[in-house]
Parts: sequence; structure tokens; C-alpha cells
Amino acid sequence: MRIQSALDPAGPQAAHIAHLFWTFTWICVGVYVVTLLFVLVATIKGRRNAEPDLTKEHTLGIGVSAAAGVTVVILFVLLVASVATGSAVGTFGESDPRQLEVAVTGHQWWWEVKYPDALNPSATVTDANEIHIPIHTKVLLRIQTADVIHSLWIPNLHGKRDLIPGRVNKIWVEADQPGVFRAQCAEFCGLQHAHMALVVFAHTAEDFAQWKASASQGAVTPTTPSALRGQQVFLGAPCAKCHNIVGVDAYGTIGPDLTHLASRKTLGAGTLINNRGNLGGWISNAPALKPGVLMPPNAMSASELQDLLAYLETLK
Amino acid sequence: MSELTIEQPDFARERAMLEKTWGKNRGLLGWLSETGHKPIGLRYIVTAFVFFGLGGLEAALMRLQLSRPDNHLLNPDLYNQIFTVHGTTMMFLFAVPMMLGMGIYFVPLMVGTRNVPFPKLNAYGYFVYVVGGIFLYVMLFLGAAPDAGWFSYVPLSGPTFDPGKRADTWAQMITFTEFSGLIVAVEIVVCVFKQRAPGMSLNRIPLFVWSMVMVSFMVIFAMPAVMLDSTYLIFDRTFSMHFYNRAEGGDPIFFQHIFWFFGHPEVYIIFIPGLGFMSSIITAFTQRKIFGYTAIVCTLVTTAFMGFSVWVHHMFATGIPQLGSSFFTAASLMITVPTGVQIFCWIATIWTGRLRIATPMLFAFGFFITFIIGGLTGVQLGSVPIDWQVHDTFFVVAHLHYVLIGGAVFPLFGAFHFWFPKWTGRMYSEALGKLSFWLLLIGFNVTFFPMHILGLHGMPRRIYTYGAETGWGPLNALASMGAVLITLSILTMLINFAAHRRRGALAGPNPWNADTLEWSVSSPPPAYNFLHLPTVAGPNAVWDAAPDQPYVTGMRFDKRELLVTKTLDAEPDHKHEIPGHSLAPFLLTLTSTLGLIGSIFYGWWFTVGMIISAVVLVYWFWPNREEVREHLARDRGIVVAEEAR
Repeated sequence: MRIQSALDPAGPQAAHIAHLFWTFTWICVGVYVVTLLFVLVATIKGRRNAEPDLTKEHTLGIGVSAAAGVTVVILFVLLVASVATGSAVGTFGESDPRQLEVAVTGHQWWWEVKYPDALNPSATVTDANEIHIPIHTKVLLRIQTADVIHSLWIPNLHGKRDLIPGRVNKIWVEADQPGVFRAQCAEFCGLQHAHMALVVFAHTAEDFAQWKASASQGAVTPTTPSALRGQQVFLGAPCAKCHNIVGVDAYGTIGPDLTHLASRKTLGAGTLINNRGNLGGWISNAPALKPGVLMPPNAMSASELQDLLAYLETLK
Repeated sequence: MSELTIEQPDFARERAMLEKTWGKNRGLLGWLSETGHKPIGLRYIVTAFVFFGLGGLEAALMRLQLSRPDNHLLNPDLYNQIFTVHGTTMMFLFAVPMMLGMGIYFVPLMVGTRNVPFPKLNAYGYFVYVVGGIFLYVMLFLGAAPDAGWFSYVPLSGPTFDPGKRADTWAQMITFTEFSGLIVAVEIVVCVFKQRAPGMSLNRIPLFVWSMVMVSFMVIFAMPAVMLDSTYLIFDRTFSMHFYNRAEGGDPIFFQHIFWFFGHPEVYIIFIPGLGFMSSIITAFTQRKIFGYTAIVCTLVTTAFMGFSVWVHHMFATGIPQLGSSFFTAASLMITVPTGVQIFCWIATIWTGRLRIATPMLFAFGFFITFIIGGLTGVQLGSVPIDWQVHDTFFVVAHLHYVLIGGAVFPLFGAFHFWFPKWTGRMYSEALGKLSFWLLLIGFNVTFFPMHILGLHGMPRRIYTYGAETGWGPLNALASMGAVLITLSILTMLINFAAHRRRGALAGPNPWNADTLEWSVSSPPPAYNFLHLPTVAGPNAVWDAAPDQPYVTGMRFDKRELLVTKTLDAEPDHKHEIPGHSLAPFLLTLTSTLGLIGSIFYGWWFTVGMIISAVVLVYWFWPNREEVREHLARDRGIVVAEEAR
């Protein structure tokens, strides 16, 4: 199974649409083949005619009208199929009280993901560039943008929906099976539109509960001397002005929340794999790796950087 | 030899007089002051083709960049400029001006008149178009070309996210090209409704001319929408008017609605002339009148109307309510019916005609093979749920190229080969013509068919690179290879034309035995088009003409006179004199350019430019001595005797 493909549905929404797509496709292939066969036969006939034949106009008229009639009938069938599917997909989770709600906010060029908890606001989880969902649960994605128009597209689960300034759009997704899917911004949003991906993890109910429990914790307090020094580097350097880490004095909201940075798969919204080498490079000179990114280059000594990395690696 | 031959008048003296009245002036000033529809039509065609080459070069750069994962040939800033300029060029600087240029060249010939109704305005239209194009490319070479896509959505193109002059360049380029589009549209509508040869009633107008009329009406209704949209954008950027600023009560979605209210009809503006080429080529190569003339005219009208009711299918992903989007789905599916009927009528025509296959007809077959795929994927995109998946992916890139290249460029290249003998008086090489066709057909499909699959496999549009883990590498490499074949095809065509422009076999007036009036005059046509204005006896003017078909007499040879006829039945109404050479359009272009481009950098330039333009307009409208004398004489009830010649 491809991890970013509309043809490999991993949930009922995408499956509905894929089914409709194949219905349309096979009918269209049929229409294409029949039409080109007519062109071929007409070509053969036309090549054999010694003179233009103007005696069959009436028959031709019947033929053309019949073809137009068939076209209309086919289109009507397709229209009904399309509207029925659209209605089923569009209202998928509308009346399900057990749905999980996730708020996704697009930024140039990363995704902010929140799991609001109405009963216990302090348990709200803030994450970036990853969405975790339990399988067999309808998940309502409330999507909005902090700047320009983006579009959230998780092809294995659903079609795309735009993030529009001043509006909140809603879509429901549901996964059938545990898995990891890649998603990407689909509306051109500026310099790094190509690097605005996110990863969707579909967990079993138990795994999801476990993830949620761990994600709602604050940051782990570092234990090693290096990591402790790194924490001071973080709080002393410009890092804390833009990034939030729950549990320490870092409340920035311009950049992604880093409370659980070390548990993420990628850096820079899918630009790099999250490992120590890439993270060091990213901190030192993010614009070299993702030109246009808001995060400035950070000059620090090698030992400071190593301490900082040691600290960030504790943020599981 | 026999002494009994009846002496045919050769009208040598009249021809010489007409040539003197309508002919070209020499030198640079003569070139700049030209107002004939054929030279200007050809300038449109050649200029638009140059822009096609530039747009193609940009496409080649994009294909090179995407040919393998994580490629760093182009940086993101350059890539974004290049795809924006590619789209903008192909839509505004190639496709529309090319089609309108073909109209400016052929419509007056096909309806049997000598020039367009407002020749100076026509010249102005061409010049502003060129200036708009040059402006865009100067900005590209300065590294300041627009980079927010050819659709330039706000807020990305708004003052906050696009400081600098990039979006202003886009918006002002729109102003230039839309001026030009509107001017040509007005010329064509008036030309067709008031200047047709006597006898060419509405039901005898050639189908190509009908298609240009419908396109012109679409231009008149669609282009103001995009001018409004881009002007609001300029106002937002220059004067902080907040039309699109959500924080101040504006709405970015409003921009999209107006843009696509223009943007979708734009597709039909580009491809309806292609349908006109198809009808012309099929009529000539089957040697029979087209089957279902009335049906085809009705479908052209229907398509033109319905083209305005489908724009929301570009916006399904914005979250349009269910009922509203269903309406636009229905309209988007229904619009395939009229085009389908045309295709069925052409099949019927081929079926019963005496089919001859040469390069133009091959390109017509290319239309069937490629355009129908684009039409059918269009049906898929009309469906809201399917659109949610494939919108803004390479599936749409594939679809739109199948529609625009299949529906417009294949017929256009067919038309180039079809009318090459008319333009040059020489035949092209059939072997090279066929070679270029096959290269294009194969290259096109190799390039664009894989994009359907890429889109379904998750590849969004407008990304400057992608990682190897996506698995998009191989199909992208294949697409890039196809682009090489397309390039070879176009080079073959150009070599074919260049080599045979002066040295091909002589073509004569009507090498295809085609039916429309341009084939009744010499190749290339004289500056005055017709020695005597023709009359028309049927829908296929040349075929239906009687051996002693009457012609119009009484037109002056020493003045640029047009015969104005009545709208419905083309009965002669009166004669109308039009202006000849003039430098005014060129001067007005300079002054209005100063105002429009200057205003991007400093608002007061607009005022300065418009004041100087007003002065030039006084010169433009300044009557000559003779006109004044005749006018005064008419006022006093004196009939001015025509001078003895």
C-alpha cells in the first residue's frame, strides 16, 4: 500500500471516493473507446467514398441525436452517483456523538495540530506536523489557517479541504487499519509549498490511549548534565522566543511546540528525517535546508549545540 | 492562336489603385503605422508563437527540475516564478492572442470585407499586448516576476505576503492583455455583424467565423471580471483598500469567485476557436458541407453561455455547501453535451465525405485522440468527491493540458498547415508535416498521460521538488523524456515552414479546394483582400458560387471604403470610410504604458500618463481636411461629386 495515494484508501471516506472514481473512469474509458471506434470506422468509410454522399443526412441526424441522447443518459447516471457519494462523504460524522475532534492550523510552512479536551482544558495536546488518530473512530478535523490559503490532503483517508483565512472548515476522516500515511499541503502557499507535509498515524484504541497519555504530559525533566546545560542553552538562546515547551519557561507560539519534539518522525514539516545530525544542521542553519523558513540561523559554539541536542533528544 | 477568345478585363489599373490605397508604407515608421488586418493578424500570430516558445522553455526547465527527486537545479524562488510565468504566458500571451490573431487575420477574409471596422484601435490592441508581454519578461529577467501562480490567489499575492512589485506586475500585465483581448473582440463582433458580403445571411456564416463571434462575446463578458479582480488586487496593494483582507471585512474567496468567473470561460475562449479550425479543416478534407451546420452553431452558442455557469468546480475544495456544489456539478457535466454533439457531427461528416488525409487532417485526428481524454477527465473533475481527491494535483495538470493542447494546440497546428499555403503561396513538405504530427502525438501523451497517475498517487501541483520516498521519480522522468519529443515536433514544424516559405511548390489560390472566401483570392491575399467585394450564395461560399456569381461594384478604389451590410441578411446598407495608416496607436501605446507601468512604482505616473494620452487621443481623432470639407458640404445639403478619375 502506498502511503500517499488516493487509489489506496485506508478508510471509508477515501474508499467511497475511490469507488466513485473507478465508476467514472470505467464509464469514461467505455465512452472513449466507442467514440474512437466511430472515428476509425468513419475514416475507413470516408477513405472509400469516391464522392461525398449527401443522401444520408436523415439517417445521420438520427445517429447524432441518438448519440447525444446516450450522452445525456450517461451523464445523468454519473451525476446521481456523484451527488449521492458527495452527500455521504460530506455528512459522514455529522450525527456521531463519539467523534474525536482535532484542530489543524496551517502556517507557512508547517502544521499546528491540537487535540482539545473540553472537560480538562489543561490536557489539551499541542503537536506539530503529525496527526494521531484511533482506528474505527470518526475524527472531525477542524481546519483553519494562520496566514495564507493552504489545503489539507490526506489522500489515503479523504479528499482535500482548503484552509481559508477567517473560516473554519470541517472534514471527517476515519481509518480502517493501523498505519502511517503521508499528507501534504495541496494549495500553493509560497516559497516552501513543496515542504509542507504531515504524517498521520492511525493507532489501535489502546495505542492511541497510550500515545494520548504520554502526549498530555509536560516535558521530561532532563537528568544528564549535558541535557541540563542544553536546557539552559535553549532558554537563554532565541529558541524560547518562538517555541513552546510545556513545563519550562518557553512560551513562544511563532514556531511549532517542541514539548515532544524527539518523538516526531520528521523535521521542518517533512523536509528532513528527525535524527541528531539533521536536527543539529536545522538548528544551525535552517534556511540553508529549507530556504524561506522563518527560523533564523543560530550561531552557537559546538559544545552548546551538542548540549542543546542532548536536551532536545530527551523531549520524547 | 484563336482570335475568338472573349477579352477578360484584367482590371490592372484598379488593382494598382487598390494597392496604392491599401498597401504598406515602407520603413520603420511604415511598420509602426500599419493598420491592415492581415499584417496585424500575422504579428499577433508570430508574437504569440514567440511567447509559446518562451512558455515552452519554462516548461522544459520545470520538467528538468522535476525529472528526478530532490533535484536542486532551480531554487524554489526561481521555480515559483517560472511556473507562474509559464501559466501566465500560455494563457494570456500565447493562447488567447494566438486565437484572436487568427480571427483578426481570417474573419474579414471569410466574411468578404477589406479590413476590420476600427483599424487604428486594432493596431493599438496589438501594441499594448506586446508591451504587456515584454514587461512580464523584463521583470522575469530582473528576478522580480510574479510568483503566486497564474491565478495569483490572495492573500498570498496580497500586500502582506507578497511585498515588492511581483503581484503588481501580474495584475498590470492582465490589464494590458485584456485591453488587447477586448479590442479584438469588438473588432470581430462588429466586422461579422456589419461587414459581411451581401448574401452571407446569418445561416451562411462559416463555422470558424461563428466560433470567433462566440469567443468574442465570451471575451466581452469574461475579461472585465478578471480586470476587476486584478484592479481590486492593485487597489489592495497600492491604496490599502482591503477588498480581500479578511481582517477588514474583505474576503479572499471573493477573489477566487471573480477569477474563475473569468477563468473558466477563458478555457472556452481558447478552445472554441480550435473547434472552428476543426470545422474548417474537416469541411475541406471531406469535400462536403459540414453535417449539422445549424446544430453546430447552436452548440457553439450553448457552450459560450454555459461556460459562465461552471466556475465553482475550480473551488469545490474551499468548502462550498452541498446543494450549491451539486448545481455546478450538473452544469459541468452538461457542458460536455454540446461539444459531444459537435464531435458526433464531425464523425458523421467524415463518414459520408470523400476523406483525404494530409497533415491538417492528421492534426484533426489528434484532436479526437487527445481532447476526448481531456473532456472525460473533465467530467471526473466535475464530480465534487472526485475533485476533492484530484484537485490541485498532477491529475489536473494532465487534464488541463489534454484540454488545451488537445483541444486548441492540435487544431491550431492543423490550421497552421492548412493555411500555410494561403499565407505564403507555397506548399509545406507533407513528409515533415506528418513527422511533426507523430512526434507531437507521441511526445504529448508520454509527457502528460503519466501525470494522471502521479496525481492519483498523491503528487500535488506547484511543488519545486519531492523526496525519493514518494515514489514519483520514475513517472516524472518519463514525462520529462516526452517533453523532448514535443520539442522535436515543434522544431520540425518550424523547419518545415522556414524551408518552404519561399521555396515550396506553388500553391495557387485554393490548393485544398476549400469552401471559404479566403480561398477565392490569390495566395497570399492582396492588401485589399478582394478586387471586387464578393457576394455569397450559400453556406460554402466558394463551392456554392455560380459561374457568373455577381460581385459588388461602386466601391471606390482610391479610398479605404468598407461596405456596411445589415445584421441578419447582409443586405448592402451603406459605404463607410475607415482610416488608413496612422502613428497614433503606437504613440498612444507609449503614453498609456508610461501611465500603467509607472503607476506600479509611483501612483502619480498614472495621472501623468493619462494626461499625455489625452493629448495623443486628440491627435488620434483629428479629422483631415477632406473629411471636414465633405462633412460641412453634407451639412449644407450639397452632394460632393466624386472626382473624375
